[in-house]
Amino acid sequence: MEQPALIPHLFRTEFRKITAVLCKAFGIENIAVAEDIAGETFLSALEVWPYKGIPENPVAWLYLVAKNKTRNYLLRHQHFAEKIAPQMKAVATDSEQLDINLSEKNITDSQLQMLFAICHPAIPVEAQIGLALRILCGFGIPEIANAFLTNKEVINKRLFRAKEKLRDEKIPIEFPPPTEINQRLDAVLTTLYLLFNEGYYSESQDAVLREDLCLEAMRLTYLLIAYEATNQPEVNALFALMCFHASRFEARKSDNGEIILYHDQDETRWNQELIGRGAWFLHRASEGQRLSRYHLEAAIAYWSTQKNDTPEKWEQVLQLYNRLLQVAYSPIAALNRTYALAKVYGAAIAITEAEKLKLENNHFYFALLGELYSSINPNKAREHFQRAYEMAITETDKRTMRQKIDML
Amino acid sequence: MQEFILIFRHEDGHKIASPEQNQIWMKQTMDWIGGIAAQNKFVGGNGLPFADAKVVHANRTVTNGPFGEIKETIGGYIIVKAGSVEEAVEFAKGCPILQGDGNTVEVRQIAKGDGVH
Repeated sequence: MEQPALIPHLFRTEFRKITAVLCKAFGIENIAVAEDIAGETFLSALEVWPYKGIPENPVAWLYLVAKNKTRNYLLRHQHFAEKIAPQMKAVATDSEQLDINLSEKNITDSQLQMLFAICHPAIPVEAQIGLALRILCGFGIPEIANAFLTNKEVINKRLFRAKEKLRDEKIPIEFPPPTEINQRLDAVLTTLYLLFNEGYYSESQDAVLREDLCLEAMRLTYLLIAYEATNQPEVNALFALMCFHASRFEARKSDNGEIILYHDQDETRWNQELIGRGAWFLHRASEGQRLSRYHLEAAIAYWSTQKNDTPEKWEQVLQLYNRLLQVAYSPIAALNRTYALAKVYGAAIAITEAEKLKLENNHFYFALLGELYSSINPNKAREHFQRAYEMAITETDKRTMRQKIDML
Repeated sequence: MQEFILIFRHEDGHKIASPEQNQIWMKQTMDWIGGIAAQNKFVGGNGLPFADAKVVHANRTVTNGPFGEIKETIGGYIIVKAGSVEEAVEFAKGCPILQGDGNTVEVRQIAKGDGVH
Protein backbone atom coordinates (compact mmCIF):
# COMPACT_ATOMS: atom_id res chain seq x y z
CA MET A 1 0.00 0.00 0.00
CA GLU A 2 1.26 3.49 -0.74
CA GLN A 3 2.13 5.70 2.16
CA PRO A 4 -0.11 8.65 1.39
CA ALA A 5 -3.17 6.40 1.47
CA LEU A 6 -2.07 4.27 4.39
CA ILE A 7 -1.48 7.04 6.85
CA PRO A 8 -4.85 8.83 6.62
CA HIS A 9 -6.59 5.46 6.90
CA LEU A 10 -4.52 4.44 9.89
CA PHE A 11 -4.83 7.89 11.35
CA ARG A 12 -8.55 7.71 11.40
CA THR A 13 -8.99 4.20 12.72
CA GLU A 14 -6.12 4.20 15.19
CA PHE A 15 -6.41 7.80 16.34
CA ARG A 16 -9.90 7.20 17.61
CA LYS A 17 -8.92 3.96 19.31
CA ILE A 18 -5.91 5.45 21.08
CA THR A 19 -7.83 8.57 22.04
CA ALA A 20 -10.76 6.61 23.47
CA VAL A 21 -8.52 4.36 25.54
CA LEU A 22 -6.45 7.29 26.86
CA CYS A 23 -9.56 9.32 27.65
CA LYS A 24 -10.96 6.40 29.55
CA ALA A 25 -7.67 6.10 31.46
CA PHE A 26 -7.26 9.84 32.19
CA GLY A 27 -10.88 10.83 32.71
CA ILE A 28 -13.00 13.09 30.57
CA GLU A 29 -11.44 16.27 31.93
CA ASN A 30 -8.19 15.33 30.19
CA ILE A 31 -9.64 14.74 26.78
CA ALA A 32 -7.20 17.25 25.27
CA VAL A 33 -4.19 15.41 26.72
CA ALA A 34 -5.43 12.19 25.18
CA GLU A 35 -5.87 13.88 21.81
CA ASP A 36 -2.40 15.43 22.02
CA ILE A 37 -0.70 12.14 22.79
CA ALA A 38 -2.57 10.41 19.98
CA GLY A 39 -1.69 13.27 17.63
CA GLU A 40 2.00 13.17 18.57
CA THR A 41 2.04 9.43 17.99
CA PHE A 42 1.08 9.96 14.37
CA LEU A 43 3.53 12.80 14.03
CA SER A 44 6.25 10.33 15.05
CA ALA A 45 5.08 7.93 12.37
CA LEU A 46 5.30 10.69 9.77
CA GLU A 47 8.80 11.55 10.97
CA VAL A 48 10.13 8.01 11.09
CA TRP A 49 8.36 5.91 8.47
CA PRO A 50 9.39 7.85 5.36
CA TYR A 51 13.04 7.19 6.23
CA LYS A 52 12.99 3.79 7.86
CA GLY A 53 10.10 2.30 5.94
CA ILE A 54 6.70 1.32 7.22
CA PRO A 55 7.04 -1.17 10.06
CA GLU A 56 5.84 -4.70 9.52
CA ASN A 57 3.05 -4.21 12.01
CA PRO A 58 2.20 -0.49 11.87
CA VAL A 59 -0.59 -0.75 14.46
CA ALA A 60 1.64 -2.44 17.04
CA TRP A 61 4.26 0.21 16.34
CA LEU A 62 1.75 2.99 16.94
CA TYR A 63 0.51 1.44 20.19
CA LEU A 64 4.05 1.09 21.47
CA VAL A 65 4.82 4.71 20.64
CA ALA A 66 1.54 5.82 22.22
CA LYS A 67 2.44 4.00 25.42
CA ASN A 68 5.93 5.55 25.44
CA LYS A 69 4.53 9.00 24.83
CA THR A 70 2.05 8.52 27.64
CA ARG A 71 4.81 7.50 30.02
CA ASN A 72 6.95 10.45 28.99
CA TYR A 73 4.01 12.76 29.45
CA LEU A 74 3.44 11.44 32.95
CA LEU A 75 7.13 11.82 33.78
CA ARG A 76 7.16 15.40 32.55
CA HIS A 77 3.94 16.27 34.31
CA GLN A 78 4.48 14.93 37.78
CA HIS A 79 1.49 16.78 39.15
CA PHE A 80 -0.81 15.42 36.46
CA ALA A 81 0.54 11.93 37.11
CA GLU A 82 -0.17 12.17 40.81
CA LYS A 83 -3.72 13.22 40.18
CA ILE A 84 -4.31 10.61 37.52
CA ALA A 85 -2.30 7.81 39.09
CA PRO A 86 -5.01 6.56 41.45
CA GLN A 87 -7.32 6.14 38.45
CA MET A 88 -4.79 4.14 36.50
CA LYS A 89 -3.64 0.81 37.64
CA ALA A 90 0.10 0.54 38.21
CA VAL A 91 1.27 3.87 36.98
CA ALA A 92 4.72 3.72 38.41
CA THR A 93 6.33 6.58 36.64
CA ASP A 94 9.78 5.18 37.26
CA SER A 95 8.94 1.70 36.05
CA GLU A 96 8.91 0.49 32.50
CA GLN A 97 5.45 -0.96 32.94
CA LEU A 98 2.50 1.17 32.16
CA ASP A 99 -0.99 -0.15 32.02
CA ILE A 100 -2.43 1.42 28.94
CA ASN A 101 -4.58 -1.42 27.75
CA LEU A 102 -4.87 -1.38 23.98
CA SER A 103 -6.52 -4.76 23.66
CA GLU A 104 -9.40 -5.07 21.23
CA LYS A 105 -11.90 -5.50 24.04
CA ASN A 106 -10.73 -2.46 25.95
CA ILE A 107 -10.73 -0.39 22.75
CA THR A 108 -14.33 -1.35 21.99
CA ASP A 109 -15.46 -0.82 25.58
CA SER A 110 -13.71 2.55 25.77
CA GLN A 111 -15.29 3.69 22.51
CA LEU A 112 -18.77 2.64 23.65
CA GLN A 113 -18.32 4.34 27.01
CA MET A 114 -17.01 7.48 25.32
CA LEU A 115 -20.05 7.39 23.04
CA PHE A 116 -22.31 7.51 26.09
CA ALA A 117 -20.20 10.24 27.72
CA ILE A 118 -20.19 12.44 24.60
CA CYS A 119 -23.90 11.94 24.00
CA HIS A 120 -24.73 13.18 27.46
CA PRO A 121 -27.92 15.26 27.64
CA ALA A 122 -25.89 18.14 29.15
CA ILE A 123 -24.00 18.67 25.87
CA PRO A 124 -25.70 20.54 23.01
CA VAL A 125 -26.48 18.12 20.18
CA GLU A 126 -24.45 20.02 17.60
CA ALA A 127 -21.40 19.81 19.85
CA GLN A 128 -22.07 16.10 20.46
CA ILE A 129 -21.84 15.48 16.73
CA GLY A 130 -18.61 17.46 16.45
CA LEU A 131 -17.07 15.65 19.40
CA ALA A 132 -18.16 12.28 18.08
CA LEU A 133 -16.55 13.06 14.73
CA ARG A 134 -13.32 14.14 16.36
CA ILE A 135 -12.93 11.68 19.22
CA LEU A 136 -14.86 8.62 18.05
CA CYS A 137 -14.38 8.85 14.31
CA GLY A 138 -10.89 10.38 14.19
CA PHE A 139 -11.83 13.18 11.78
CA GLY A 140 -9.52 16.14 11.43
CA ILE A 141 -10.76 19.64 12.21
CA PRO A 142 -10.67 20.69 8.50
CA GLU A 143 -12.79 17.67 7.57
CA ILE A 144 -15.36 18.45 10.24
CA ALA A 145 -15.43 22.08 9.09
CA ASN A 146 -15.95 20.92 5.51
CA ALA A 147 -18.78 18.60 6.52
CA PHE A 148 -20.56 21.40 8.40
CA LEU A 149 -19.71 23.91 5.63
CA THR A 150 -18.01 26.22 8.06
CA ASN A 151 -14.45 27.14 8.95
CA LYS A 152 -11.92 25.58 11.29
CA GLU A 153 -12.21 28.37 13.88
CA VAL A 154 -15.92 27.75 14.34
CA ILE A 155 -15.38 24.02 14.81
CA ASN A 156 -12.45 24.55 17.17
CA LYS A 157 -14.53 26.88 19.31
CA ARG A 158 -17.47 24.50 19.31
CA LEU A 159 -15.30 21.56 20.34
CA PHE A 160 -13.51 23.61 22.97
CA ARG A 161 -16.79 24.61 24.58
CA ALA A 162 -18.08 21.05 24.43
CA LYS A 163 -14.96 19.74 26.15
CA GLU A 164 -15.28 22.42 28.80
CA LYS A 165 -18.84 21.31 29.39
CA LEU A 166 -17.79 17.67 29.69
CA ARG A 167 -15.22 18.76 32.25
CA ASP A 168 -17.58 21.01 34.21
CA GLU A 169 -20.30 18.40 34.35
CA LYS A 170 -17.77 15.76 35.44
CA ILE A 171 -19.36 13.23 33.13
CA PRO A 172 -17.91 9.81 33.88
CA ILE A 173 -16.68 7.59 31.06
CA GLU A 174 -18.62 4.46 31.85
CA PHE A 175 -21.62 2.45 30.80
CA PRO A 176 -24.77 3.92 32.28
CA PRO A 177 -26.35 1.68 34.93
CA PRO A 178 -28.87 -0.82 33.50
CA THR A 179 -31.80 1.21 34.80
CA GLU A 180 -30.68 4.27 32.82
CA ILE A 181 -29.39 2.62 29.71
CA ASN A 182 -32.56 2.93 27.63
CA GLN A 183 -33.02 6.57 28.44
CA ARG A 184 -29.39 7.39 27.71
CA LEU A 185 -29.52 5.28 24.59
CA ASP A 186 -32.16 7.65 23.18
CA ALA A 187 -29.66 10.51 23.21
CA VAL A 188 -26.94 8.33 21.67
CA LEU A 189 -29.26 7.23 18.87
CA THR A 190 -30.30 10.81 18.17
CA THR A 191 -26.65 11.79 17.73
CA LEU A 192 -25.88 8.83 15.49
CA TYR A 193 -29.01 9.56 13.45
CA LEU A 194 -27.97 13.19 13.02
CA LEU A 195 -24.40 12.20 12.26
CA PHE A 196 -25.66 9.97 9.47
CA ASN A 197 -27.95 12.69 8.14
CA GLU A 198 -25.12 15.19 8.30
CA GLY A 199 -23.29 12.99 5.83
CA TYR A 200 -26.29 12.00 3.76
CA TYR A 201 -27.69 15.48 3.28
CA SER A 202 -24.45 17.43 3.48
CA GLU A 203 -23.93 20.01 0.78
CA SER A 204 -20.21 19.40 0.87
CA GLN A 205 -18.90 18.71 -2.63
CA ASP A 206 -16.62 16.06 -1.21
CA ALA A 207 -18.53 12.83 -1.92
CA VAL A 208 -15.94 10.66 -0.19
CA LEU A 209 -16.24 12.72 2.97
CA ARG A 210 -20.04 12.59 2.90
CA GLU A 211 -19.99 8.81 2.67
CA ASP A 212 -17.33 8.52 5.35
CA LEU A 213 -19.60 10.38 7.75
CA CYS A 214 -22.41 7.95 7.03
CA LEU A 215 -20.17 4.92 7.33
CA GLU A 216 -18.83 6.15 10.67
CA ALA A 217 -22.38 6.59 11.96
CA MET A 218 -23.08 3.03 10.83
CA ARG A 219 -19.94 1.72 12.47
CA LEU A 220 -20.84 3.30 15.81
CA THR A 221 -24.43 2.07 15.56
CA TYR A 222 -23.11 -1.39 14.87
CA LEU A 223 -20.94 -1.19 18.01
CA LEU A 224 -24.19 -0.76 19.94
CA ILE A 225 -25.72 -3.78 18.22
CA ALA A 226 -22.68 -5.89 19.05
CA TYR A 227 -22.92 -4.98 22.75
CA GLU A 228 -25.63 -7.02 24.40
CA ALA A 229 -27.08 -4.39 26.72
CA THR A 230 -27.56 -1.91 23.88
CA ASN A 231 -28.68 -4.39 21.24
CA GLN A 232 -32.22 -3.01 21.43
CA PRO A 233 -34.90 -3.12 18.73
CA GLU A 234 -34.62 0.62 18.01
CA VAL A 235 -30.86 0.32 17.49
CA ASN A 236 -31.47 -2.39 14.92
CA ALA A 237 -34.17 -0.22 13.34
CA LEU A 238 -31.79 2.73 13.09
CA PHE A 239 -29.16 0.50 11.51
CA ALA A 240 -31.73 -0.79 9.01
CA LEU A 241 -32.64 2.80 8.13
CA MET A 242 -28.98 3.59 7.51
CA CYS A 243 -28.53 0.48 5.32
CA PHE A 244 -31.51 1.42 3.14
CA HIS A 245 -30.23 4.96 2.62
CA ALA A 246 -26.63 3.84 2.13
CA SER A 247 -27.76 1.49 -0.65
CA ARG A 248 -28.08 4.57 -2.88
CA PHE A 249 -24.57 5.95 -2.34
CA GLU A 250 -23.32 4.94 -5.78
CA ALA A 251 -26.47 5.92 -7.63
CA ARG A 252 -26.77 9.37 -6.10
CA LYS A 253 -23.43 10.85 -7.05
CA SER A 254 -22.60 12.17 -10.48
CA ASP A 255 -19.13 12.07 -11.99
CA ASN A 256 -18.42 15.60 -10.80
CA GLY A 257 -19.53 14.99 -7.22
CA GLU A 258 -23.00 16.51 -7.48
CA ILE A 259 -25.94 14.77 -5.92
CA ILE A 260 -28.33 12.97 -8.28
CA LEU A 261 -31.86 13.20 -6.91
CA TYR A 262 -33.86 10.09 -6.16
CA HIS A 263 -36.11 10.26 -9.22
CA ASP A 264 -33.20 10.66 -11.60
CA GLN A 265 -31.19 7.77 -10.17
CA ASP A 266 -30.36 4.61 -12.08
CA GLU A 267 -31.84 2.04 -9.74
CA THR A 268 -29.69 -0.74 -11.16
CA ARG A 269 -26.90 0.97 -9.22
CA TRP A 270 -28.69 0.62 -5.90
CA ASN A 271 -26.79 -1.76 -3.67
CA GLN A 272 -29.02 -4.81 -3.27
CA GLU A 273 -26.76 -6.32 -0.65
CA LEU A 274 -27.26 -3.34 1.65
CA ILE A 275 -30.99 -3.36 0.98
CA GLY A 276 -31.04 -7.02 1.99
CA ARG A 277 -29.06 -6.29 5.11
CA GLY A 278 -31.44 -3.45 5.98
CA ALA A 279 -34.39 -5.82 5.65
CA TRP A 280 -32.67 -8.29 7.94
CA PHE A 281 -32.03 -5.72 10.67
CA LEU A 282 -35.53 -4.31 10.32
CA HIS A 283 -36.82 -7.82 10.87
CA ARG A 284 -34.68 -8.10 13.99
CA ALA A 285 -36.01 -4.73 15.13
CA SER A 286 -39.56 -6.04 15.14
CA GLU A 287 -39.05 -7.81 18.47
CA GLY A 288 -40.54 -6.10 21.47
CA GLN A 289 -43.41 -3.67 21.83
CA ARG A 290 -41.89 -0.30 21.23
CA LEU A 291 -42.44 1.31 17.87
CA SER A 292 -39.79 4.01 17.67
CA ARG A 293 -39.39 6.71 15.06
CA TYR A 294 -36.52 4.65 13.68
CA HIS A 295 -38.82 1.69 13.05
CA LEU A 296 -41.19 3.93 11.13
CA GLU A 297 -38.47 5.75 9.23
CA ALA A 298 -36.76 2.46 8.37
CA ALA A 299 -40.04 1.07 7.06
CA ILE A 300 -40.52 4.19 4.93
CA ALA A 301 -36.91 3.91 3.74
CA TYR A 302 -37.61 0.30 2.82
CA TRP A 303 -40.41 1.44 0.50
CA SER A 304 -37.99 3.94 -1.05
CA THR A 305 -35.91 0.99 -2.19
CA GLN A 306 -38.91 -0.12 -4.29
CA LYS A 307 -39.05 2.31 -7.17
CA ASN A 308 -42.29 1.07 -8.71
CA ASP A 309 -45.37 3.14 -7.88
CA THR A 310 -47.99 0.72 -6.64
CA PRO A 311 -51.15 1.69 -4.75
CA GLU A 312 -50.03 -0.59 -1.93
CA LYS A 313 -46.69 1.20 -1.64
CA TRP A 314 -48.20 4.65 -1.26
CA GLU A 315 -50.96 3.49 1.06
CA GLN A 316 -48.31 1.92 3.31
CA VAL A 317 -46.07 4.97 3.13
CA LEU A 318 -48.97 7.27 4.00
CA GLN A 319 -49.89 5.21 7.06
CA LEU A 320 -46.25 5.08 8.16
CA TYR A 321 -46.02 8.87 7.93
CA ASN A 322 -49.31 9.17 9.83
CA ARG A 323 -47.72 7.18 12.64
CA LEU A 324 -44.33 8.86 12.41
CA LEU A 325 -45.86 12.31 12.79
CA GLN A 326 -47.55 11.21 15.99
CA VAL A 327 -44.28 9.89 17.42
CA ALA A 328 -41.87 12.52 16.08
CA TYR A 329 -43.20 15.55 14.22
CA SER A 330 -40.89 17.25 11.78
CA PRO A 331 -41.75 19.68 8.96
CA ILE A 332 -40.09 17.43 6.37
CA ALA A 333 -42.14 14.42 7.53
CA ALA A 334 -45.30 16.55 7.31
CA LEU A 335 -44.41 17.52 3.73
CA ASN A 336 -43.55 13.97 2.75
CA ARG A 337 -46.80 12.73 4.24
CA THR A 338 -48.68 15.20 2.07
CA TYR A 339 -46.83 13.95 -0.99
CA ALA A 340 -47.88 10.37 -0.13
CA LEU A 341 -51.43 11.65 0.41
CA ALA A 342 -51.41 13.04 -3.13
CA LYS A 343 -50.28 9.65 -4.45
CA VAL A 344 -53.20 7.96 -2.67
CA TYR A 345 -56.03 10.53 -2.96
CA GLY A 346 -54.88 12.82 -5.76
CA ALA A 347 -53.38 16.30 -5.87
CA ALA A 348 -56.56 18.29 -5.12
CA ILE A 349 -57.09 16.75 -1.68
CA ALA A 350 -53.39 16.98 -0.95
CA ILE A 351 -53.34 20.71 -1.78
CA THR A 352 -56.09 21.37 0.79
CA GLU A 353 -54.11 19.42 3.39
CA ALA A 354 -50.81 21.04 2.39
CA GLU A 355 -52.20 24.52 2.90
CA LYS A 356 -53.03 23.66 6.50
CA LEU A 357 -49.38 22.91 7.24
CA LYS A 358 -48.41 26.58 7.36
CA LEU A 359 -44.74 26.01 6.65
CA GLU A 360 -44.24 29.26 4.74
CA ASN A 361 -40.69 29.64 6.01
CA ASN A 362 -39.65 26.31 4.48
CA HIS A 363 -38.77 26.32 0.79
CA PHE A 364 -39.66 22.63 0.50
CA TYR A 365 -43.23 23.65 1.33
CA PHE A 366 -43.40 25.71 -1.84
CA ALA A 367 -41.59 23.01 -3.78
CA LEU A 368 -44.29 20.56 -2.68
CA LEU A 369 -47.12 22.96 -3.59
CA GLY A 370 -45.46 23.50 -6.97
CA GLU A 371 -45.35 19.75 -7.49
CA LEU A 372 -49.00 19.31 -6.49
CA TYR A 373 -50.20 22.15 -8.72
CA SER A 374 -48.15 20.97 -11.72
CA SER A 375 -50.92 18.82 -13.15
CA ILE A 376 -53.78 21.12 -12.07
CA ASN A 377 -52.64 24.69 -12.61
CA PRO A 378 -49.20 25.22 -14.19
CA ASN A 379 -49.27 28.96 -13.50
CA LYS A 380 -49.75 28.43 -9.80
CA ALA A 381 -47.12 25.70 -9.92
CA ARG A 382 -44.68 28.17 -11.46
CA GLU A 383 -45.38 30.76 -8.73
CA HIS A 384 -44.68 28.20 -6.02
CA PHE A 385 -41.54 26.84 -7.65
CA GLN A 386 -40.34 30.41 -8.14
CA ARG A 387 -40.86 31.15 -4.47
CA ALA A 388 -39.06 27.95 -3.50
CA TYR A 389 -36.22 28.95 -5.82
CA GLU A 390 -35.87 32.34 -4.15
CA MET A 391 -35.89 30.83 -0.66
CA ALA A 392 -33.54 27.94 -1.40
CA ILE A 393 -30.06 28.36 -0.01
CA THR A 394 -28.06 25.53 -1.51
CA GLU A 395 -27.04 25.28 -5.14
CA THR A 396 -28.55 21.81 -5.50
CA ASP A 397 -31.95 23.03 -4.31
CA LYS A 398 -31.84 26.08 -6.54
CA ARG A 399 -30.89 24.01 -9.55
CA THR A 400 -33.69 21.53 -8.85
CA MET A 401 -36.28 24.32 -8.69
CA ARG A 402 -34.94 25.85 -11.90
CA GLN A 403 -35.38 22.48 -13.64
CA LYS A 404 -38.92 22.14 -12.30
CA ILE A 405 -39.85 25.55 -13.70
CA ASP A 406 -38.30 24.72 -17.07
CA MET A 407 -40.20 21.47 -17.26
CA LEU A 408 -43.64 23.04 -16.69
CA MET B 1 -51.81 27.19 22.34
CA GLN B 2 -54.32 25.24 24.40
CA GLU B 3 -55.20 21.57 24.56
CA PHE B 4 -58.64 20.29 23.70
CA ILE B 5 -60.11 16.83 24.01
CA LEU B 6 -62.32 15.62 21.19
CA ILE B 7 -64.67 12.98 22.58
CA PHE B 8 -66.42 10.68 20.12
CA ARG B 9 -69.94 9.71 21.08
CA HIS B 10 -71.75 6.99 19.25
CA GLU B 11 -75.50 7.05 18.85
CA ASP B 12 -75.38 3.27 18.68
CA GLY B 13 -71.93 1.88 19.30
CA HIS B 14 -73.13 -1.67 18.93
CA LYS B 15 -74.20 -1.35 15.35
CA ILE B 16 -72.37 -4.09 13.50
CA ALA B 17 -70.45 -2.85 10.53
CA SER B 18 -68.95 -5.09 7.88
CA PRO B 19 -65.22 -5.83 8.10
CA GLU B 20 -64.75 -3.82 4.91
CA GLN B 21 -66.60 -0.88 6.42
CA ASN B 22 -64.50 -1.15 9.59
CA GLN B 23 -61.37 -1.22 7.51
CA ILE B 24 -62.42 1.97 5.70
CA TRP B 25 -63.25 3.74 8.97
CA MET B 26 -59.95 2.72 10.47
CA LYS B 27 -58.06 4.05 7.50
CA GLN B 28 -60.06 7.27 7.50
CA THR B 29 -59.35 7.74 11.20
CA MET B 30 -55.64 7.16 10.68
CA ASP B 31 -55.55 9.67 7.82
CA TRP B 32 -57.55 12.17 9.87
CA ILE B 33 -55.16 11.87 12.82
CA GLY B 34 -52.17 11.95 10.46
CA GLY B 35 -53.45 15.24 9.03
CA ILE B 36 -53.61 16.78 12.52
CA ALA B 37 -50.19 15.37 13.41
CA ALA B 38 -48.80 16.86 10.17
CA GLN B 39 -49.72 20.27 11.59
CA ASN B 40 -47.90 19.36 14.80
CA LYS B 41 -51.21 19.66 16.66
CA PHE B 42 -51.72 16.06 17.75
CA VAL B 43 -51.12 15.27 21.42
CA GLY B 44 -52.55 11.79 21.92
CA GLY B 45 -55.63 9.66 21.73
CA ASN B 46 -57.14 6.23 21.96
CA GLY B 47 -60.09 4.05 21.19
CA LEU B 48 -62.15 2.72 24.10
CA PRO B 49 -63.23 -0.89 23.48
CA PHE B 50 -66.48 -2.02 25.08
CA ALA B 51 -65.04 -5.39 26.08
CA ASP B 52 -64.84 -5.77 29.88
CA ALA B 53 -66.37 -2.33 30.41
CA LYS B 54 -67.73 -1.73 33.94
CA VAL B 55 -69.68 1.00 35.63
CA VAL B 56 -69.11 1.71 39.32
CA HIS B 57 -72.14 3.30 41.02
CA ALA B 58 -72.43 5.63 44.01
CA ASN B 59 -73.17 2.77 46.39
CA ARG B 60 -70.04 1.02 45.06
CA THR B 61 -72.01 -1.59 43.19
CA VAL B 62 -70.44 -2.58 39.91
CA THR B 63 -72.40 -3.35 36.79
CA ASN B 64 -71.24 -4.58 33.44
CA GLY B 65 -71.42 -2.15 30.58
CA PRO B 66 -71.99 0.10 28.90
CA PHE B 67 -72.27 -2.26 25.99
CA GLY B 68 -72.71 0.37 23.38
CA GLU B 69 -76.45 -0.08 22.95
CA ILE B 70 -77.21 2.78 25.22
CA LYS B 71 -77.27 6.18 23.62
CA GLU B 72 -74.19 8.34 23.43
CA THR B 73 -71.53 5.97 24.64
CA ILE B 74 -67.98 7.17 24.37
CA GLY B 75 -66.06 5.31 21.69
CA GLY B 76 -62.76 7.12 21.84
CA TYR B 77 -61.02 10.43 22.08
CA ILE B 78 -58.09 12.39 20.83
CA ILE B 79 -56.31 15.36 22.35
CA VAL B 80 -55.21 18.19 20.09
CA LYS B 81 -53.38 21.49 20.39
CA ALA B 82 -55.27 24.47 19.02
CA GLY B 83 -55.05 28.24 19.19
CA SER B 84 -58.78 28.54 19.88
CA VAL B 85 -61.86 26.44 20.36
CA GLU B 86 -62.83 27.32 16.77
CA GLU B 87 -59.66 25.68 15.47
CA ALA B 88 -60.33 22.60 17.59
CA VAL B 89 -63.87 22.50 16.15
CA GLU B 90 -62.40 22.55 12.64
CA PHE B 91 -60.34 19.48 13.52
CA ALA B 92 -63.45 17.79 14.94
CA LYS B 93 -65.39 18.39 11.71
CA GLY B 94 -63.00 16.03 9.92
CA CYS B 95 -63.66 13.14 12.33
CA PRO B 96 -64.85 10.07 10.38
CA ILE B 97 -67.35 9.01 13.06
CA LEU B 98 -69.49 11.99 12.03
CA GLN B 99 -70.46 9.99 8.95
CA GLY B 100 -72.70 7.93 11.25
CA ASP B 101 -76.15 9.36 11.86
CA GLY B 102 -76.57 10.79 15.33
CA ASN B 103 -72.90 10.46 16.26
CA THR B 104 -71.23 13.48 17.80
CA VAL B 105 -67.81 14.82 18.66
CA GLU B 106 -67.69 16.84 21.84
CA VAL B 107 -64.94 19.47 22.03
CA ARG B 108 -63.77 20.32 25.52
CA GLN B 109 -60.94 22.44 26.76
CA ILE B 110 -58.41 20.68 29.00
CA ALA B 111 -57.64 22.54 32.20
CA LYS B 112 -54.08 23.78 32.14
CA GLY B 113 -53.28 23.01 35.73
CA ASP B 114 -52.13 26.60 36.19
CA GLY B 115 -54.87 27.38 38.69
CA VAL B 116 -56.81 29.53 36.23
CA HIS B 117 -59.30 26.85 35.23
